[in-house]
Amino acid sequence: MVSVESPPVERAAAPAPRVKLLKTEVSRRTAWILRVASVAVPFAIWWAVSGSGIVPDRFLPAPPQVWAAFTDMVASGDLQNDLLASLGRIGAGFGLAILISVPLGFLMGTVGWAQPLFEPIIGILRYLPASAFIPLLIIWLGIGETSKIALLVLGVVFFNTLMTADVVRQVPRRLLDVSATLGAGRARVAARVVFPHSLPGILDALRVNAAVAYNLVVVAELIAATSGLGYRITRAQRFLQTDKIFAILIVIGLIGLTIDVTLRVVRARVGRWSV
Amino acid sequence: MSLRFEGVSMAYTPGTPVLEDIDLEIPPGEFVTIVGASGSGKSTLLSLVAGLTRATKGRIVLDGRTVEGPGPDRGMAFQTPSLYPWRTVARNVAFALETRGFSRQARQERVAWLLEEVGLTEHAAKLPGSLSGGQQQRVSIARALARSPKVLLLDEPFGALDVQTKEDMQLFIRQVWQDLGTTVVMVTHDVEEAVFLGRRVLVLASDPGRVARDLRVEPLGDGLEVKRTPEFLAVRAQVEDLVRREHRAHLAAARA
Repeated sequence: MVSVESPPVERAAAPAPRVKLLKTEVSRRTAWILRVASVAVPFAIWWAVSGSGIVPDRFLPAPPQVWAAFTDMVASGDLQNDLLASLGRIGAGFGLAILISVPLGFLMGTVGWAQPLFEPIIGILRYLPASAFIPLLIIWLGIGETSKIALLVLGVVFFNTLMTADVVRQVPRRLLDVSATLGAGRARVAARVVFPHSLPGILDALRVNAAVAYNLVVVAELIAATSGLGYRITRAQRFLQTDKIFAILIVIGLIGLTIDVTLRVVRARVGRWSV
Repeated sequence: MSLRFEGVSMAYTPGTPVLEDIDLEIPPGEFVTIVGASGSGKSTLLSLVAGLTRATKGRIVLDGRTVEGPGPDRGMAFQTPSLYPWRTVARNVAFALETRGFSRQARQERVAWLLEEVGLTEHAAKLPGSLSGGQQQRVSIARALARSPKVLLLDEPFGALDVQTKEDMQLFIRQVWQDLGTTVVMVTHDVEEAVFLGRRVLVLASDPGRVARDLRVEPLGDGLEVKRTPEFLAVRAQVEDLVRREHRAHLAAARA
């Protein structure tokens, strides 16, 4: 019998300093302080600069003026109407883009012939800036709702298709093999394996492209519209109402943030299993 | 009533067969382990039985019917457990039962029984990500057994586990085999494992893959202590020599 006795290991008095890598954590408290500062500091600077009188009111209105412009627009009902008009366009345009791009991307990621058939043309089309299509869309579809919705679809559909296809293609081969040995046919594998596996990634793509759609709707309304947040901005510009422009920009920012947070919450719930 | 290979050849690229002219008969209820050097096509052999790969020549017959594609009469587990990460343990096991022909109740009873058999009843509601490697492999095997397959195909199922877990799993799979009486065909690169579990050990030769030796192993006992007996060590050494010789031949062939 061989026995080896080692002397008891001395406990280190203090924990060894950890090597600091690029990704270092901060405490929750610090993180929250930084988050608040991230918004509060620019806001304070804005307030200080506008209050100091260095920049004329006409160019940089002070927060109270902007708040007054905001309450005026709410009281007249303009803001609500414009907001609804913009959101309606996003709903229609982005919704249509989803209905086209998700099935198409799914097809490209799953069926052999779909990838070589669609990838080249979509790869070209997606680099054409959607806003460059505005004149053409107005010629083709007029200045009504259709051209704005079409712009949203054009701006989102190609990217979302390719991103969906990428996500779908990442389903591990083994998982498909296993499913086949468990008796699942192609349709069942698509519905019960490929789709649930891809869903978190599809939602990630949607979140990125929702921001694109949201930007585009304002662009579309800047050019030819009689309602919407973008329209309200161009109108305010004509009368040099920078306070209104500021108010609308802040509303646009906050609504955008709300959309993003909502999609993030949905994504976190759906993708609890994936990291 | 058996699994039969009739002159099976398989080549991924024409002219360089991975398997050549395999004739083999595996009677029902047998535990067969397959070892062989890399390039001997042992995984391909399983893949052919599973129906995931097509033979270029010959055919595989299971219970009088030629294998044409994958089906639930042949369950398979891979080295990576490949579970559905969004499904709970119970719903992973239930996957193959989610078709017409299984009532909700029948499905639940079957899943409960399988989880009991693999010792994971208390983990039924967990997601696979929270299980250990050995537990995940148990789920994967339970899932493969859901439709009572005639053959259970195991492709290096314990290859990624630590030694202790691996030995637990060896006892576990032997127990499952004894309880269910299913035919088990298991590929492994671990000769000790092959000799311990297999009642029959097939040693494959490489370039092209074919059966070099078909050994019958008399059961020496059920416990892990068997692995230390001279009889066991003798068989193990014999198989190891065969595998080593094939491995060297494969290297020489690769260099030539």
